[in-house]
Amino acid sequence: MTFARSSSRRHRTVGLLCLTLALPMAGVRAADTTPAQQLARWSAAAGASGDAARGRAFFTSRHGAEWSCASCHGDPPLAAGRHQSTGKTIDPLAPAANPAAFTDAAHVDKWFRRNCKDVLARECDAREKADVLAYLMELKR
Amino acid sequence: MIAARPFALVLPLLLSLLALSAHAGRRGMPPDVPQVYAKECGACHVAYPPGALPAVSWRRIVDGLERHYGTDASLDDASTARIDEWLQRNAGTWKRVREAPPQDRITRSTWFERKHRKVDAAVWQHTSVKSAANCGACHPGAERGYFDDDDLRVPPGLPARYRGAWSGD
Repeated sequence: MTFARSSSRRHRTVGLLCLTLALPMAGVRAADTTPAQQLARWSAAAGASGDAARGRAFFTSRHGAEWSCASCHGDPPLAAGRHQSTGKTIDPLAPAANPAAFTDAAHVDKWFRRNCKDVLARECDAREKADVLAYLMELKR
Repeated sequence: MIAARPFALVLPLLLSLLALSAHAGRRGMPPDVPQVYAKECGACHVAYPPGALPAVSWRRIVDGLERHYGTDASLDDASTARIDEWLQRNAGTWKRVREAPPQDRITRSTWFERKHRKVDAAVWQHTSVKSAANCGACHPGAERGYFDDDDLRVPPGLPARYRGAWSGD
């Protein structure tokens, strides 16, 4: 591509090193919560415990539109997923396969909000979140 | 060799400066990528180098994050402002990037289409590519802003008949 074509290989190697050092760690999480705490939070808000079977059905349903949660996260989401528009790799969603999953409350809230809008064209309610997390926490590698 | 030592010490420094000055221009990723840009913008797609679009395109994209190519990518005000400032400061100013591409899509830019003119339509749709937004499928350095023609790879499983574009420009 034109932007980098004229750089020499040595020049590039040094640049790469500089960038590697300069680039922030995109995957850093605050680690201020646990999957169990998030499940308890939504179960309390919903007034009922999360139901894993209902969560699995919700996770794999297209809800009348193009995508399900599983479209990008996989079914079951125990391995890396893939963004359906951009092809970008997505870290495994199930806590059994990804110790960082559901350990940053702001991160969890943001992605539930965004991804529910992508799949259902609305935000998910507390019961749906509790169900999905109950399902995800039940998954074993 | 004693005489070579000072040079050996100074050379990496000089090369670093050269690399930094190159990145201050249009090429690759600037060295001061904000953490919020890598984290938020790089979550769903490659954290694109700001030089790939003109300032006017970046401004429209940042102003319309709640309707971001079919998804709601809205962020809190502080994050949005930080990303906007950095993109405006590092937006492309070189000749081919001056004009905003249709829908502010990098992949609709004249230079992008020219550089990829030999890539068959079936390649973009191949399962290991999926989208022209998936730069890393062929450019291993995409996440670090490196798109050198010399570093191309063939996406896994791509049939041989589509590999013509990898044999040179």
